[in-house]
Amino acid sequence: MRAIHSDTIVAAVKKMVMGANYDLGDDVIHAFEKGLKQEASPVGRAVLNTLIENARIAHDEQVPICQDTGMAVFFVEMGQDVHIEGALLRDAIDEGVRQGYKDGYLRKSICDPFTRKNTGDNTPAVVILDMVAGDKLRITAAPKGGGSENMSRLTMLTPSAGKKGIVDFVVKRCEEAGSNPCPPVIVGVGIGGSAEKCMILAKKALLRHVGEPSSDPELAALEAEMLEKINALGMGPQGLGGTTYALAVHVEKHPCHIASLPLAVNICCHASRHKETAL
Amino acid sequence: MANEIKITAPLDDAAVAKLKAGDQVSITGVIYTARDTAHKRLVDALDAGQPLPFDMNGQVIYYVGPSPAKPGKVIGSAGPTTSYRMDAYAERLMEKGMKGMIGKGMRDKKVIEAMKKHKCVYFAAIGGAAALIARSIKAVEIIAYDDLGPEAVRRMEVEDFKAVVINDIYGNDLYDMGKAQYRVAK
Repeated sequence: MRAIHSDTIVAAVKKMVMGANYDLGDDVIHAFEKGLKQEASPVGRAVLNTLIENARIAHDEQVPICQDTGMAVFFVEMGQDVHIEGALLRDAIDEGVRQGYKDGYLRKSICDPFTRKNTGDNTPAVVILDMVAGDKLRITAAPKGGGSENMSRLTMLTPSAGKKGIVDFVVKRCEEAGSNPCPPVIVGVGIGGSAEKCMILAKKALLRHVGEPSSDPELAALEAEMLEKINALGMGPQGLGGTTYALAVHVEKHPCHIASLPLAVNICCHASRHKETAL
Repeated sequence: MANEIKITAPLDDAAVAKLKAGDQVSITGVIYTARDTAHKRLVDALDAGQPLPFDMNGQVIYYVGPSPAKPGKVIGSAGPTTSYRMDAYAERLMEKGMKGMIGKGMRDKKVIEAMKKHKCVYFAAIGGAAALIARSIKAVEIIAYDDLGPEAVRRMEVEDFKAVVINDIYGNDLYDMGKAQYRVAK
């Protein structure tokens, strides 16, 4: 057993939520630059240049890329040989969020669903925990804005819908989302599992480096097909018209029930933020 | 930006009438912020026959919930939030004289019709360009609903605030126009 004190987790989470919100990943910047080369619309190119400038300002001044600094979502892979001392894992993550959102001047965006009263510290975080082999604790912070999260959809297709049904649904969902989720977007797609597993797959797909194809050739082909069809809709950056609505489509799949073909779409705005720490 | 139109907020009918979908504008003057829960409170106040916390006549409402200001700054990052969530309330505020809305994303057909009727224009700022947009905000004061935190109503003095006209008072929609221009026919 390897012991990790909860204070270490608090400090790591605090650092990650601040860093994720200030420093846009190189993968996203590269995707903007690639988009600039292929974007047909001058307005679309101007938008992409503005987003590159915005990311530079956020990094230089260490201020949030976007005012919506997100619901704090964490993917945690905990080695079975790790023992956490001190506070509970979930409490340590919440404390890191509390400190990071306060000291980092990040917006607190979490409220009661009925009264709409703000919790005041951006907690509770969403923690997706997986037990794995080894003695490491791997935490990925993936703060997610509400505007793009609102465009998420889950559908339980019938197996007869097949790949065509999947492609049609994802493309239609993007068309309906239009300018709402701050395009250019990254489209996370989950296929299979149960309903809740499918939604997690779609979110997890967003963690991949932007534009890195799936290691499964069948899924990589599906990603390429959907990306082409989505961008052919003509919506472009910010939905103002153009050829770069999506920077990438990422698909993850999982076996499903013989009766089902679950499909989840989780769209991420261009401020695709994540930081990872292995403790 | 080419052909940028300079406008001053608050707006009047003559200024609104000159704006067309696709126009790039630079806004200078005073605007007010309101988003989800603030809109509900504004409309609840109207329903109760109470006065609004500020005179809506001619105002431009910016759909934003800024991040907190770092020491020495007037505001944190402050880009637009998605506008359709305010669709349920927009016409009520137009009836009270609202002349402009700044947000991002598509509006409901009913709102677009109301904009024609009440002579109100809808602008989009670049969603997610929040660190950059903050530079055009020169002064900020919370004037109502302080308890809502990021959703409180703020009075903002802006200079050269960049936006684009999405819906004008003639029924044009830049999102439809842009999409039609670049759509690859199937």
